[in-house]
Amino acid sequence: MATVLHSAPRFASSEGVRETLAAALGDMLLASKERHGEVVFGVERERIEDALRLLRDEHDYQQLMEIAGVDYPDREERFEVVYMLLSLTKNHRIMVKVRAAENTPVPTVTTLWPVAGWLEREVFDLYGVIFEGNTDLRRILTDYGFEGFPFRKDFPLTGYQELRYSEEEKRVVYEPVELPQDFRTFEFTSPWEGADYPLPGDEKAAMPQVVEVKTTEAPKQTGSNAKTNAKAAEKVAPAPRKTATKEPRAPEPTEDRPAKAPRKGKSAGTKAATQPKPRTRRKKTDGDS
Amino acid sequence: MAGLIQEASPTTGDEVITNYTINFGPQHPAAHGVLRMVMELDGEIIERIDPHVGLLHRGTEKLIEYKTYLQALPYFDRLDYCSPLGMEHSYVLAIEKLLNLEVPLRGQYLRVLFAELTRICNHMLNLGSHVMDVGAMTPNLWLFEVREDCLNFFERMSGARMHHAWFRPGGVHQDVPLKLLTDIGDWLDTRLPRLFEDAMSLVIDNRIFKQRNVDIAVVSKEDAVAWGFSGPMIRASGIPWDLRKSQPYDVYDRMDFEVPVGTNGDCYDRFMVRVEEVRQSARIMKQCLREMPEGPVASTDRKVVPPKRAEMKQSMEALIHHFKLYTEGFHVPAGEVYVATESPKGEFGVYLVSDGSNKPYRCKIRPTAFSHLQAMDFMSKGHMLPDTTAILSAIDVVFGECDR
Repeated sequence: MATVLHSAPRFASSEGVRETLAAALGDMLLASKERHGEVVFGVERERIEDALRLLRDEHDYQQLMEIAGVDYPDREERFEVVYMLLSLTKNHRIMVKVRAAENTPVPTVTTLWPVAGWLEREVFDLYGVIFEGNTDLRRILTDYGFEGFPFRKDFPLTGYQELRYSEEEKRVVYEPVELPQDFRTFEFTSPWEGADYPLPGDEKAAMPQVVEVKTTEAPKQTGSNAKTNAKAAEKVAPAPRKTATKEPRAPEPTEDRPAKAPRKGKSAGTKAATQPKPRTRRKKTDGDS
Repeated sequence: MAGLIQEASPTTGDEVITNYTINFGPQHPAAHGVLRMVMELDGEIIERIDPHVGLLHRGTEKLIEYKTYLQALPYFDRLDYCSPLGMEHSYVLAIEKLLNLEVPLRGQYLRVLFAELTRICNHMLNLGSHVMDVGAMTPNLWLFEVREDCLNFFERMSGARMHHAWFRPGGVHQDVPLKLLTDIGDWLDTRLPRLFEDAMSLVIDNRIFKQRNVDIAVVSKEDAVAWGFSGPMIRASGIPWDLRKSQPYDVYDRMDFEVPVGTNGDCYDRFMVRVEEVRQSARIMKQCLREMPEGPVASTDRKVVPPKRAEMKQSMEALIHHFKLYTEGFHVPAGEVYVATESPKGEFGVYLVSDGSNKPYRCKIRPTAFSHLQAMDFMSKGHMLPDTTAILSAIDVVFGECDR
């Protein structure tokens, strides 16, 4: 690992943690890695509960802080469920991952931590991952009666339904989303940094190679001789004649503008002009009341 | 007293129904936002609570996937709108961890200084509304005076009172004027202790306040761990766990402060932990002001942090950097990190997955209130209906963050 320059939270050293826990997890472990200062274990889906129980009871990862779902639609088992564990005594964090598809349930860990209940509900709500054994797997963040799993990568950002208060019906009505303008995404990636369209000129790479290379062995093949030289020396157009009339030319450069004449009269005090005029007392006439 | 025992009807066999269900919220002044709780009551005793959250779900995490790293930053202000800088802190640290980017020392000090001001600002709102939820009006108004001061400082820092977007990957957006720092110093010495201690003197030993909070929703150490508690909630249960101390970020490892711990694990302890945290935050801020070094406030790595505007007007290279950073944004190396900081409400985490492009592939936000609110059922069981407001206030829940 390169030297740590960032100032993100510094927990206890991860040195040797990966090896120790990999050995402890044994055949439950599928993969493990340590990058960016995070230790990540991939675990068999069916045995996640055993794996987390082992980590909690024998390796002091007492707290389950978070369960995150991630969607990778290109994979065969598209979802990743990531458990963030925290050890209060060892002051260390690890992540444990399982993979799942839409129809492969993940065993619940509500048996180990009561906090997992809502965290699993959230992953179910947003991704559609099913947690087997969670007795309260209702939707949690989305609307009552919502359909679909909004955080999947193939769910559009704008969604399908919108709701508004209808003045006529005096209630909130649901309608299909209608946008005056399509959602705009801008492709800012430079073509030199992995754009997925072909660059102009790239199509030439696919053209067939030249079989016979064209060469010029004798001077006569080049077509250059005295005759062509003479032909080239012939003047095609006559030289321009000089005329007596004066052709228009570029204008002379203008002179610098002469300095402004100094102002006549006093200019220092304009303050009086901006002040409100003092009211002159009107003479009282008979008509005034 | 045998006469009071209720029996099932001997003739019809009908059950005598005693439990009934009521709705608390979604529009309730003590719900601190939009929370609906379906409560099953036996008389006035709570049998079961089913909190319904998500009424403020805006799909922030999904929106972030469609924005560049810098464009996604202002969404964090809008999560917990009572402590916006606490939310930004986790996010910028997560990006910096993936980039392995160094932040200049002045930038780190400024972050810590204003993160602590955010903590004071947040606690003013929470302590005040907690007191009001159990029946007292005055302290809330007095504490809002302090909160107003905080918001004025934030306005002078970033131009915005609430949604600052001031922490940026690589540092902070702009340096602050010296007068602001001296004013904060003066405020910490004079106004804050006077107003805050004055308001607290009304509450802390108040008999009614104690009757409403002591021994309400007692959570043991084991339960606090099992329910994923963090922040003042876990500290009130007697576990001295503060991420600023145990997993220091920025310059918290240089700061000299104490971690208050509760003894009983009830609502009163949670309140008192926050009261002491305000004092400790003031202590950290004073130390920051004392030690604040000179220098740049953001990294000078021009591939991440845009150049100053004046520089951009004069240098071609700076202009190119400016253009690239505000259109394409910067690319973050592929990988995944989980970064959690001690926000005023507890552990606020960001699980950031990058695929090497200029947009996050996934940004999972770990809210503090989500786990705490889940324990609402367990904490309120057997308590009286009016106790729910005290329990809810002691959780310090803000729905912008809980529902995301």
